[in-house]
Amino acid sequence: MLYSPAEAMAKAFSRFTGMGKKYGIEWWILVVGAIIVLAIISMALFAGSIAPFNPHNQNTGPQLAPPGGEHLMGTDNLQRDVWSRIVYGSQTILRVAVLAAIISSVFGITLGLISGFSGGFFDRVLSLIMDSVYSFPGLILAIAFAAMLGPGVINVTLAVAVIYIPTYFRLVRGQTLAIKEELYVEAARAIGASGSTILWRYIFPNVIATTVVVFTLNVADAIMIEAALTYLGLGLPPSIVDWGMDLAMGKRFLPSGQWWLITFPGAMISLLALGFTMLGEGFAEILNPRLLER
Amino acid sequence: MATILEIEDLSVHFPINIGTVCAVEGVDLQLEQGEVMGLVGESGCGKSTLGFSILRLLRPPGKIVGGQILYHGQDIVRMNEKEIISLRGNRIAMIFQDPLTSLNPLFRIDEQFIETILTHEQGLDKEEAFNRAEKMLENLGISPERLLEYPHQMSGGMRQRIMIGLGLILNPDLLIADEPTTSLDVIVEAQFLDLLNDLRRQYDLTILLITHNLGNVAQLADRITVMYGGTIAEIGPAEAIFQEPLHPYTQGLLSSIPNIKLDQPKLMTMPGSPPDLVNPPPGCVFHPRCSHTMDICRHEKPDVSKRDGHLVRCWLYR
Amino acid sequence: MGNLTRYVITRILLTIPMVFILLSIVFVVLRIMPGDPVSSMLGGHAPESVIEQKKEELGLNRPIAIQYLDYLWQICRLDLGESMVFKQRVTKAIIEKLPATIELTAFGMIITLFLGILMGAYAADKRRSAQDNLIRLYGIVIFCIPVYWLGLMLQLGFGVWLDILPIAGRTGPRVLASTFEKTGFYVLDTILAKDFFALGDVLIHLVLPSFTLGLVLSGIFVRLTRANMLDVLRADYIVAAEARGIQHRKIVYKYALKNAFIPILTMMGLQIALLMAGAILTETTFSWPGMGRLLLERIYLRDYPTLQGVIIVFALIVATVSLIVDIIYAIVDPRVRY
Repeated sequence: MLYSPAEAMAKAFSRFTGMGKKYGIEWWILVVGAIIVLAIISMALFAGSIAPFNPHNQNTGPQLAPPGGEHLMGTDNLQRDVWSRIVYGSQTILRVAVLAAIISSVFGITLGLISGFSGGFFDRVLSLIMDSVYSFPGLILAIAFAAMLGPGVINVTLAVAVIYIPTYFRLVRGQTLAIKEELYVEAARAIGASGSTILWRYIFPNVIATTVVVFTLNVADAIMIEAALTYLGLGLPPSIVDWGMDLAMGKRFLPSGQWWLITFPGAMISLLALGFTMLGEGFAEILNPRLLER
Repeated sequence: MATILEIEDLSVHFPINIGTVCAVEGVDLQLEQGEVMGLVGESGCGKSTLGFSILRLLRPPGKIVGGQILYHGQDIVRMNEKEIISLRGNRIAMIFQDPLTSLNPLFRIDEQFIETILTHEQGLDKEEAFNRAEKMLENLGISPERLLEYPHQMSGGMRQRIMIGLGLILNPDLLIADEPTTSLDVIVEAQFLDLLNDLRRQYDLTILLITHNLGNVAQLADRITVMYGGTIAEIGPAEAIFQEPLHPYTQGLLSSIPNIKLDQPKLMTMPGSPPDLVNPPPGCVFHPRCSHTMDICRHEKPDVSKRDGHLVRCWLYR
Repeated sequence: MGNLTRYVITRILLTIPMVFILLSIVFVVLRIMPGDPVSSMLGGHAPESVIEQKKEELGLNRPIAIQYLDYLWQICRLDLGESMVFKQRVTKAIIEKLPATIELTAFGMIITLFLGILMGAYAADKRRSAQDNLIRLYGIVIFCIPVYWLGLMLQLGFGVWLDILPIAGRTGPRVLASTFEKTGFYVLDTILAKDFFALGDVLIHLVLPSFTLGLVLSGIFVRLTRANMLDVLRADYIVAAEARGIQHRKIVYKYALKNAFIPILTMMGLQIALLMAGAILTETTFSWPGMGRLLLERIYLRDYPTLQGVIIVFALIVATVSLIVDIIYAIVDPRVRY
């Protein structure tokens, strides 16, 4: 059956609202999360046309002007436009957080698959190491890495990436162990499939589905860790526009009441983290029917 | 004989995403003082829901939407929270299917007894309550030292006896037993039913025995109620139900149990499956599975017909 | 009780490899990773001979395996070396700062548990209601607020605008810590010294930092408590208790909460990592003179031995807390022991 575009749209829309009815609040969590994330991603992509000023321009207006008029979010002590810095800052944090999540997922998933599949001594040692790292405060580990590697976008990305490898490893290894015992894997083995075939054709596709949720939540957490590192002055050189660094700089003006310098960068960090968290939560609750009973 | 419990036109609904489950629909049932009433039916027929409604223990979204439940003449449906709580465990006790999970694993047995006793008899102190629990255990054939143990240290049968002890500790006059032996093995089950029979006399109990096991009711019940699709199909004295079942569903139910005493030619199975309670079939709920379906069965709900102490809801007996 | 003892011993034995691995990771990160501590400490322009001499002094030019064994042996002797910047034993610097961090985290944890468990239990009891949805939303949102930003906003609100709470330090200018300082736990010290004016001052300085830390972590506990309570409230023994006429409030907040508390407790062991991370950030925001401040100050000063010492202590705290949590778990849940 063929639909006209309008009909198809209407159908899609009614399906969309229908899902809202069926899943309740979880569906709205997912939708709101997606809207936040998409909005901030578009902000980063079209920063050039959104931001009224160059974020480095130190001559956009008066010093420490409160929000209003030409400066939507005011200006800082160096006469830079806060809103423009917010717009450009989204690029840095998104790049670092998403890249870090990709790096740690690739390493974590690969190691988890191999470790869970091969078993034995290698698996036991690797699990012990991963469990130890997992229990250790991620931020402290990232601080140590960032301090040793020195400032730079790549370095801060690596420092953030390292701490999430155990999360993926533990998840994937556990699932690999479970799937390995499933009948269809036994059957594949019985007809002579090789180890790597079983690993990539049978186990990998099953494991990857659940890591989507973890990845989204991981990005949310990486956002907060990145901002924490730069807030502490560890991650990035001052030439880069970043929310965490702006927050650290604005902190100096807190006692004198220049609230806009800390409110906006911090609110953006929270909002972005919230967007990814809601997206992940929404996925998790909709993918997991057991949770829906509640 | 006095009537202890009188259920009139009771309906219980569960509104869910796709509609409303009419778990119990227009049920009338009377329990006489001192009798054991067996309530039988397939799983999902509403028998447990009926049991839970008597103590107003329905889990949300379940709700009593109509009718009344008169306990010694007082309507339980219209009681406030305080009144219903003072009945629970005190005047009406209930025991459940799975003794393994029905005792709180983190509290010792004596703590659970004392808590129950002191909830209803505020005048007592802990020691008196403990002594009462000890006596109860002795009565149940369990050594009183075991009061100091945790539930996981006991066997299934023993836990079920503890459950019934917790139920009877305040001398209620009505006991609702919801599938009490389902998770017990055959020998323990037999012992438990014997115990229930003793306790019934000792405490002058009225028992509503909810079960899908016709063997259980055959041993204990004075009268039997057969439920199907949220409604009552048939009520009658136990012998009458077993000897001369009237409703086609009861007949089917009886012929589908293997029985070495009755010389059955072959084991019958009932065609079809229990009705969809969101969209129940029109007319008699049993008509899609019935072998005697007439035209009227498809359109109109059957009335109750009475035949010497035997009630049946079927057009065959009009 | 024999079983419990055996369990505790096994659990302690299992902690040893974990600690060993954590220590090794710290060593790898700080010694083998690129970045030369000595030259960066000396400013990068120091002549080769000075660098070599300093390396010799610190034993950094020996084979890596020897350095590693030496490092482990040092830790076994509870000696963390000497600061590269100040003439000060690292152990001493840490012992000075540790109480401040423990005091902050303890108060933060109390607030977290109190808020998180009560709200979670309440939400579970009223599931699918407006209150439940509101609390769930709170749990998600509060978790996404960076602890340092929450701290700054609370400072702005209560410290700058309302001007009712101090925003930095452990004591005010009119209270001299040296007059009562004994253990380093100021709340304890002021009580021991019966200096109630100072106690009040110490407590009022604890309000904002501990609420900052407590609020952020409460989100996790709201969710954990709610999820576990939902499972427990569905259990047969809850219905059975209800059927015995026990009051609903007692069932929810005594019967069910005790059962739900066991999984919450196990999760608490894992949350200690978040608590420590939160403490570091809170300390920076509130100029709280604890381990987090020490760590960051010494990073800026490139004082590697102190840095290493602080991280080792954090690792030991994490391992110890998860050990203690597991032991409490065994005591609370009689089933674990058998």
